[in-house]
Amino acid sequence: MEITLTINDRTFKADVEPRLLLVHFIRENACLTGTHIGCETTTCGACTILLDGKAVKSCTLLAVQARGKRLTTVEGLMKNGRLHPIQEAFWEEHGLQCGYCTPGMIMAAYHLLQENPNPSDEQIRRGLEGNLCRCTGYQNIVKAIQSAAAKLA
Amino acid sequence: MIPEAFEYFAPSSIQEAISLARRYGGDAKFLSGGHSLLPMMKLRLAAPKYIIDLAGIGELTQISEEGDSLKIGALVTHKAIETSDEIQSRCRLLAEAAFEIGDPQVRSCGTIGGSVAHADPAADYPAALLALDAEVRIEGPSGGRSVRASDFFVDLFTTALQQGELLVAIHVPVLAHNVGTAYKKLRQQASGFALVSAAAVVAKDEGGKCTHIAVGISGVGPKAFRASKVEESLLGKTLTEKNITNASHHVTASVDVQNDIHASAEYRSAMADLFAKNAIWVAANRAE
Ligand SMILES: Cc1cc2nc3c(=O)[nH]c(=O)nc-3n(C[C@H](O)[C@H](O)[C@H](O)COP(=O)(O)OP(=O)(O)OC[C@H]3O[C@@H](n4cnc5c(N)ncnc54)[C@H](O)[C@@H]3O)c2cc1C
Ligand code: FES
Ligand code: FES
Repeated sequence: MEITLTINDRTFKADVEPRLLLVHFIRENACLTGTHIGCETTTCGACTILLDGKAVKSCTLLAVQARGKRLTTVEGLMKNGRLHPIQEAFWEEHGLQCGYCTPGMIMAAYHLLQENPNPSDEQIRRGLEGNLCRCTGYQNIVKAIQSAAAKLA
Repeated sequence: MIPEAFEYFAPSSIQEAISLARRYGGDAKFLSGGHSLLPMMKLRLAAPKYIIDLAGIGELTQISEEGDSLKIGALVTHKAIETSDEIQSRCRLLAEAAFEIGDPQVRSCGTIGGSVAHADPAADYPAALLALDAEVRIEGPSGGRSVRASDFFVDLFTTALQQGELLVAIHVPVLAHNVGTAYKKLRQQASGFALVSAAAVVAKDEGGKCTHIAVGISGVGPKAFRASKVEESLLGKTLTEKNITNASHHVTASVDVQNDIHASAEYRSAMADLFAKNAIWVAANRAE
């Protein structure tokens, strides 16, 4: 099936099998490998991207479901050679160790801060419920998001 | 994990979707948010040959007022239900239940129609819809019909939907301002699904006597159910904590309680009593 979709303001056109998962389209057709595949079972959130502005798990959508839509992946956050404030904050606050969960964490955080620019600790934890990290113990991720909220204010 | 190959259709009207479903019968599945269906297809627990994606049917995405009920289109997402002003102000119970579903990403994709049609015994909406006396609106090859929530959930993953029938909307009553509601859930930590959840709708008179009560329970048995014994013993009584506690016993008495790696049947039963009590207590305090 012929599909067209926009990722990080670039248009992609491809002829895909309907069963192709969106995350595979992003990584293999669009060659944007910042979006990770962790569990493949909708649990870990490593594959989180924005679909028309909303955080979704791209391992649990078909590429054909995203036709005509606008997607943002972690590669789309950097502007004019500068990291996005959330990316900066993850760096400064040591919000990552191995980094496997980080793209998904950052996209979930992006969505969270769009909806609630000044979240409490508890709201941050609740907003990240769909994302697992096996390294950090989450403390520094929460700190990074608080710091990003302050930078963006 | 890649699903088995299938042919994909994207109808733009209810009629078109129904005629596709009729043409392909048991080999076809409707696709809404895909957050129950795609995980099953990836695990090859489901392998439909034809997928009928409902996303292009605009009229299924609306929330509107119809008489004294709210009509919620099948494709309205959990997220939209959680955040809709209309639902928050007129049927807060449903918004509270939606907020308890999975995680933010799941709520962005999953839909009320998909959840209700799927009828997972640990899903959140069924308890709320039973307590609200909601109605499920169905369209099919032989016309439309409405089914009460209490007749809709038949068994484990089994509903009143017949082959090829499409769930088009859920009708929930707009509650009077003096009615109190509450949704309380004990989550299974890994998945977020309910080990037990309780939805309560309560009204009382000036003296604090219970004039209406409905309690829906999810997560415990093969399907959601009404705690009718609890309701009977509280109706007409003063809604004190003591009376509510005394009534919230043996909630699961006539139910085949699940016993699995997440919780024993004994624990689930004990928690059903506790969460029923908590939901009724909060609803009673919210009632004016
Ligand atoms: C990680 C995770 C956590 C979750 N946690 C929870 C939770 O805590 N509580 C909870 O309640 N749910 C939970 N869910 C399930 C989630 O709510 C799903 O979105 C929901 O069960 C199915 O809705 P859907 O729109 O995704 O339906 P789909 O997956 O598209 O469809 C589900 C089934 O219903 C059929 N169907 C879909 N729409 C219709 C229709 N209009 N008419 C007739 N048949 C139809 C499909 O053919 C399919 O068989 C979770 C899911 C995931 C992945
Ligand atoms: S890879 Fe998508 S949720 Fe884990
Ligand atoms: S930093 Fe390693 S999984 Fe999160």
